[in-house]
Amino acid sequence: MADNVKPRVKVPSKAKAGEVVALKTLISHPMESGQRKDKDGNLIPRSIINRFTCEFNGALVIDVTLEPSISTNPYIEFDAKVDATGEFKFTWYDDDGSVYEDKKSIEVA
Amino acid sequence: MMLRTRATTAAAVALALGFGPAMAEPADAELVVNEELTITTKAPAAAHLDGALSEVYSGWLFREDETRAMQMDDFDNPMFVYAEQGMDAWNTAEGSEGKSCADCHGAIEESMKGVRAVMPKVNAAGALWSMEDYVNSCRTERMGAEAWKWNSDQMKNMTTAISLQSRGMPVAVQIDGPAAEFWERGKEMYYTRFGQLEMSCASCHELNAGNYIRADHLSQGQINGFPLYRLKDAAPVSIHQRFVGCVRDTRAETFGAGSQEFRELELYVASRGLGLDIEGAGVRP
Repeated sequence: MADNVKPRVKVPSKAKAGEVVALKTLISHPMESGQRKDKDGNLIPRSIINRFTCEFNGALVIDVTLEPSISTNPYIEFDAKVDATGEFKFTWYDDDGSVYEDKKSIEVA
Repeated sequence: MMLRTRATTAAAVALALGFGPAMAEPADAELVVNEELTITTKAPAAAHLDGALSEVYSGWLFREDETRAMQMDDFDNPMFVYAEQGMDAWNTAEGSEGKSCADCHGAIEESMKGVRAVMPKVNAAGALWSMEDYVNSCRTERMGAEAWKWNSDQMKNMTTAISLQSRGMPVAVQIDGPAAEFWERGKEMYYTRFGQLEMSCASCHELNAGNYIRADHLSQGQINGFPLYRLKDAAPVSIHQRFVGCVRDTRAETFGAGSQEFRELELYVASRGLGLDIEGAGVRP
């Protein structure tokens, strides 16, 4: 079970129709690889975010598989083209079954 | 003797021809955070540095474009994850008294404004204290909680949250009056050679700032950006933690984080940054 997991996203509040906007996402997470050992030589179990998705008004924008070598607090930045006012939904899937969500709306003028 | 003279002459010629150590000027850049807050990273040196330095530069100016960019946007600056955790701790009651920092101090944005800029400082009892000492005195004496270790995650989260409230304010440490004796000792330490390599702070950060030591671009060793995020550690680093690293690199037995020696050195090094602004939470490689 990972502690202090907190998703953050940065989305511009406004855009022009058809504009490509940069979306920045960050989730605080230890991303324990499952390769490390503790002081007593026992393997520390893997605990990572294994999947990240972003949807815009229900349509998939990006779907990312994350692997154990990705470091602490994974930061993912990508672009999306927005045609209409709507809502971005960001979802992170944890190894322990937890699902973290964040939503941000964008207004198209 | 003859040989030595010749070698010296050769060295002088090489320098004159520009074959000296690799030199790279600090970046010609301005630190503007979130496109609104301009932070002074270059300033004329304080009077006490007369003869040593003419201008002081933040370590930010010695870093690569990508690293500098991370500090220009709070979302890209990894320190904000830790600052947020520090803010949460600020509002969390702990210890036998059932009090949080906020119960006495109120909002961190108000009560801690400017605190980082004057640290370390001489307390009411005449001792030189760093921010960590103030945090722990509150924890043990007013909250009835356990003291945090100097370089523990909790302590660094808290000092990050507090330091951020002074972002953009000029360094304002007091070096005269009751602080004078500590400052003098810190200065002496700065110029004292330590370790098997017999290097003082000044060997790198005064005489060779701008040069490369292997792959490292030496800065002036300013601490106005601390506590800061180091990419190689993927974690925040405190001032004393960096001091330990530097002294260790001279192959010396280092002083401990939180030692009196490092408090005094912290005061002196902070005073070398008079004229610069507190960066709140820097990002370095």
